[in-house]
Amino acid sequence: MAEQEKSQIIIVHSAKYQTTYTKKYENRKVWVEPNLNHINSYIPGTIIDILVKDGQKVAAGQSILILEAMKMYNDIKMPFKGKIVKVFVEIGQKIPKNFLMIQIEPLD
Amino acid sequence: MSLRRNILDLRKRKDEVRKGGGDEAIGKQAAMGKLTARERILAIVDEGSFHEYDMFVEHAGTDFDMGGKVLAGDGVVIGTGTIYESPVCLFAQDFTVAGGSLGLSHARKITKIMDHALKMRVPLIGINDSGGARIQEGVNSLAGYGEIFFRNTLSSGVIPQISVILGPCAGGAVYSPALTDFVFVVENISKMFITGPAVIKSVLGEDISMEALGGARVHAEITGNAHFFALSEKECFEQIKTLITYIPWNNTQKAKTFPVKEPKSKYKIQNIVPADARLPYDIREIIKSITDGSEFFEIMELFAANIVIGFGRMNGETIGFVANQPKVLAGVLDCDSSDKAARFIRYCNAFNIPIITLEDMPGYLPGVDQEHAGVIRHGAKILYAYSEATVPKITVIIRKAYGGGYIAMNSRHLRADFVFAWPMAEIAVMGPEGAANIVFRKEIAEAEDPDAMRQQKIQEYKDKFANPYVAAAKGYIDEVIEPQETRKILLHALRISASKDVQGPSKKHGLPPF
Repeated sequence: MAEQEKSQIIIVHSAKYQTTYTKKYENRKVWVEPNLNHINSYIPGTIIDILVKDGQKVAAGQSILILEAMKMYNDIKMPFKGKIVKVFVEIGQKIPKNFLMIQIEPLD
Repeated sequence: MSLRRNILDLRKRKDEVRKGGGDEAIGKQAAMGKLTARERILAIVDEGSFHEYDMFVEHAGTDFDMGGKVLAGDGVVIGTGTIYESPVCLFAQDFTVAGGSLGLSHARKITKIMDHALKMRVPLIGINDSGGARIQEGVNSLAGYGEIFFRNTLSSGVIPQISVILGPCAGGAVYSPALTDFVFVVENISKMFITGPAVIKSVLGEDISMEALGGARVHAEITGNAHFFALSEKECFEQIKTLITYIPWNNTQKAKTFPVKEPKSKYKIQNIVPADARLPYDIREIIKSITDGSEFFEIMELFAANIVIGFGRMNGETIGFVANQPKVLAGVLDCDSSDKAARFIRYCNAFNIPIITLEDMPGYLPGVDQEHAGVIRHGAKILYAYSEATVPKITVIIRKAYGGGYIAMNSRHLRADFVFAWPMAEIAVMGPEGAANIVFRKEIAEAEDPDAMRQQKIQEYKDKFANPYVAAAKGYIDEVIEPQETRKILLHALRISASKDVQGPSKKHGLPPF
């Protein structure tokens, strides 16, 4: 049983039910819409190489960065045709998961 | 040698094996709050009932200087005994001998007792306390695990299989417990994970302790891998013994029956449930007001507490209870609670245990996390399990039975044998608040005072649909009953269902959504 007996509310079909939460429910991940202009690390690792500079125009599918993780070189590619707004990492830097590495913006 | 000398020699040999890994290793084991393998078995079985086999089995390693080493019993104790006079087969890994590591002979001892349990159709209890594969024996060790997993699967649904995690159980070794029916864990002693903290830290940079990664509480509360959580080995052994009283020896038998006891008078069934469907109460109070002696042996108490499962007795016979818990998350169905209930329903069905379902739930838990975690396929498990079950299936709708949840919770439509409802039961597509907002959307929006109109329409909907009589008029509910009659009527329904016999179409096996 949930240890905390704090009264909480669950809403199902507009009705508010008085109840308690489980620890797992309280710690659930709240969904946020991913920002497509942010290239985040999907795994922790080390920046091996940066292949672009701030302001550079890049074609879709072009390699922009190499991230080493789990003894593998991960080739990070440009997801669409666009411009590099800012590079936030440097070669050799160790980064955690979900770290903003490069900000981009689309070009027509 | 004379007979006497032979006997003395035998005793000496056995004593030698019983020393396990020696005093120093046993001292370390004790310092961690752990009993030795043999002490554990003796604490579980009836006094004087245990017989150990394969004491003189030697390990099979020859490489890396293993050839000359003596490993008592190759780090595992196997044998047979009784629990409250019911026969059981047991094995217990001995951490004091080479860290309880699993080599070929060790695995062969385990598979021998597993084969025995299956052949004799008696429960198997496995105590896990092992550092893992014996690396010196290479692929032979892996082969050993595979042979164990195969037998776990073969025995599944034929004999009860119980796993007790009393030490480390990591890497591939975790999959034997995961394939068994019930897993017992003890705080600060049990450790289960596929990949340990050291590897996780080196490759992912995540720093976590063994306890936080795969300790007893984690598996009892978050992963759902464990069914029973205890604070000490002693408490754990009591739980195992109690469980054995509730389950049959095998799938062709019924659990032992006990003398009938009336529920305790302190449980007043008519006073437990608040009339307002939005207020909580503890559904276990209802279960205890129905069962013999008000006894209820809860399973997976800490995991997905929004559904309650466990064993109680009615008329002396074991019954499986599945009940929504309004006290936690309003009793909603979600991924975890569906998974928890579905597995239990299948257990009851496999071992001839009738199922009583107590229903009071507002629907499925809304949320992106639920949808993305696969509430569709997890939720489907509960439909599958109820539909497939051929044991007696009885439902009592206490209060709310809305939408998909109404169907899922052993409704008539999934072939419940009996469906009863209390007079305050509400069987509808959704609660009055949600329904009024949709059905009367226009009226509410166009009203001078939308809130007043909404309340009026909610009341209108409540009067019309928030009752058991619409469903009763269609025969979806067999009888609307007074709360005080519940036990009496359930006893009657169980008596009528005692020789239930239904056959589904012939098939190799179904494809439940897992």
